[in-house]
Amino acid sequence: MNAIQLANFSNHAIYGCLAIFTLAFFAHAVEVAWSVGNVDGQKKTEFLFSRTERAGRLGTAMMVLGFLVLTLAVVTRGMSAHRVPWGNMYEFSITGAFTLTAAYLFALVKWKLRWLGLPVSFATLLTLGTAITVLYRPSENLVPALKSPWLAIHVSAAIISGGVFLVANLVAGTYLWMEAIEKRGERPEWAKKIPSLESLDQLSYRLIAFVFPLWTFAIIAGAIWAESAWGHYWGWDPKETWAFITWVAYAAYLHARVTVGWRGKRAAWLCIFAGSTFLFNYIYINIWGTGLHTYSGL
Amino acid sequence: MSENQNIPDIGALGLARWAWRQLTSMRTALILLMLLGVAAIPGSLFPQRNQSPQKVDQYFASNPTLAHWMDRFRLFDVYASPWFSAIYLLLFISLIGCVLPRTLTHLKAIGKKPPLTPKNLDRMEGYQLLADIDAERSLEVARLWLKKHHYRIRVEAGSISAEKGYLRETGNLMFHLSLILILVGVALGSLFGMKGEAIINVGDRFINTPTSYDTITYGKFQPAGSLVPFALTATDFAAKYDPITGAPQDYTLTTSVENPIGSAPKKVIIKVNKPLTYGATKIYLQANGYSPVVTIRDKSGKVVFTGATIFLPQDADLTSVGAIKEPDMNPQIGFIGTFLPTAQMNMKRGGFSSYPEVLNPELLLSAWKGNLGLDSGVPQSVYQLNTAAMKEIGIKALLLGDTYNFGEGSITFDGWKSWVNLQIVEDPGKMYALFGAIFAILGLLVSLFTRQRRIWVKLNEKGSGVEIAGLAKNGIPGLEPELEALAGAIAPELIQQQTKEQK
Repeated sequence: MNAIQLANFSNHAIYGCLAIFTLAFFAHAVEVAWSVGNVDGQKKTEFLFSRTERAGRLGTAMMVLGFLVLTLAVVTRGMSAHRVPWGNMYEFSITGAFTLTAAYLFALVKWKLRWLGLPVSFATLLTLGTAITVLYRPSENLVPALKSPWLAIHVSAAIISGGVFLVANLVAGTYLWMEAIEKRGERPEWAKKIPSLESLDQLSYRLIAFVFPLWTFAIIAGAIWAESAWGHYWGWDPKETWAFITWVAYAAYLHARVTVGWRGKRAAWLCIFAGSTFLFNYIYINIWGTGLHTYSGL
Repeated sequence: MSENQNIPDIGALGLARWAWRQLTSMRTALILLMLLGVAAIPGSLFPQRNQSPQKVDQYFASNPTLAHWMDRFRLFDVYASPWFSAIYLLLFISLIGCVLPRTLTHLKAIGKKPPLTPKNLDRMEGYQLLADIDAERSLEVARLWLKKHHYRIRVEAGSISAEKGYLRETGNLMFHLSLILILVGVALGSLFGMKGEAIINVGDRFINTPTSYDTITYGKFQPAGSLVPFALTATDFAAKYDPITGAPQDYTLTTSVENPIGSAPKKVIIKVNKPLTYGATKIYLQANGYSPVVTIRDKSGKVVFTGATIFLPQDADLTSVGAIKEPDMNPQIGFIGTFLPTAQMNMKRGGFSSYPEVLNPELLLSAWKGNLGLDSGVPQSVYQLNTAAMKEIGIKALLLGDTYNFGEGSITFDGWKSWVNLQIVEDPGKMYALFGAIFAILGLLVSLFTRQRRIWVKLNEKGSGVEIAGLAKNGIPGLEPELEALAGAIAPELIQQQTKEQK
């Protein structure tokens, strides 16, 4: 295939992903909505349980399929331009959706977190949908400032961190939701499959502790690159400033947790706050901000 | 921290000590860290002088009163403002005050034995009583097991206290000390560095002396003029553009460099991501554009000027504007010019460039006569014509080779040259910052992924067997399986029996 065919193939694959992740979303929604417990007869319960189980498995199958097709879309996009597919915001977004689903599937295998599929498929749909409709740019070559091996290093570290921050935020959000439900009484049947408050709390902490060094590395790699491309390693460019703010927010989170002993609700809110500084940087500064990080429109 | 209702008279020294303790407490450090994040926000929302001075001027033009007040609070120079500096200086004093004592404590603790075994193990995590076994032998087995697993061990009469994971604190301290090293690097860079820019035409020679620069700034303690003695000639500049979108793809500047001046020249290629490096000094290719070459003759046909004049690009297709000034004619003559590398016309925009490469060059000129105002003592931009004391005498669009006769003489459009903007930066602190950054990451990884935990083994006071228990710092998981493994080593039969019963 030549460059144009590859780029077209990638676009079609993204549309395919939209369909697949929509199915995954509905399957997970059905799984959650139809969860019914031991009401009366044992027989009925078994039947209903198998029905939700089937929906859940279908959801997982769709997530895996979506992940594979998305991998194909990202790879062909990169091949069409002969470079890593991280040249503009459209490409950041599809790669970001890729790392988000990858992080989810990893969590699914390691910690059996199928319930997370509902928010993750929704977030993925939102990201891909915005990417293909609003942010789309034809595949093209990089401007000279981006031609550097640091592109692959700096941007991949930033995108992976972003994906994991987002998952940690979803977990913290779920914590707050479950906490609100438990305050009113016992969890309803559909929420019983979701891990205990304590596990959710631990999980979001572990995700952040895992990814904080990577985010630090992303900032440092960016500084090294800036030193060779712009002549200074730190210039308080709006994107740099907000990367620093995110770093400070997560550093505060880790300190609050490890040293001061924050747990539960307060820690979850701090986690969500820190994650939203990342999203603000990604969305607001990319689109409305100015500075050296803006290339070729978006 | 205790709170006294009746504040005792502690004197000046006591007050200072109290203030120091407050400043170096973890809580203060955290608040200062958050404050630094918050204080950085305005700099990303308002235009900053060091990044985009023109936007600051626009802001002043559109909201003069508001801008004036914002300027009083240094909102256009946030990162150089006293309040921003105050926060980060306090933060780093706080950090030093917090980390140095901890480092000393940690260094002293090297080689020391773990703390004594607590009295009541059953309050600790993963408590187990392994009854009905040979207690003395079990202690010895436990000691060997702990030693094999690299625990630091303290043997007392009838008990063993063991600890592992001291590297956690080592990594933690290394991370924070590295942050201080980064700040030292940043400070060195701003106190002893230098930064300057110069625009040169292809074919020109740049000699690295302060007068060659268009702008140059030195660090506070950097003696002016202490520059690397090199000279650089721009021999060729090639720009490649995407034929469809016009987006730049590659800039390559070929230079011939002498360092020191007078030595054999070397051919060096400078690209956007490949600066030329001399020690702590780097030479960057930052921007480029076109300089139209013209020849001006007076009424008698004598050449009064011939050469290239630097024009500044206005858009991505390098529509460039500039001024050509001729003070030696009488009356003085000036031109406001627009250079179009690939000229196109339409009703709406008039003349503009539709592609950044030179395919169909055109030079649009408006000619002025009168007084250029160069002797008035007020500095003026070389890119703009001060027309206050001048009169427009005509306009003309010139194709390559065309001559325009403006009455007082004539001007011929001979060709063009490319120019490049060189940025020359000396930063002696950046290596410190880089090493600080590398050590910071290593320290962070060590401290986040080392699990610190204690394990105790003790003779059961009531009779036979031993008790085991542990403590994981910061509630990090993974202690339970370790205690299980230890129990399995001490009493294999007992544990096997238990697992069988469970099954």
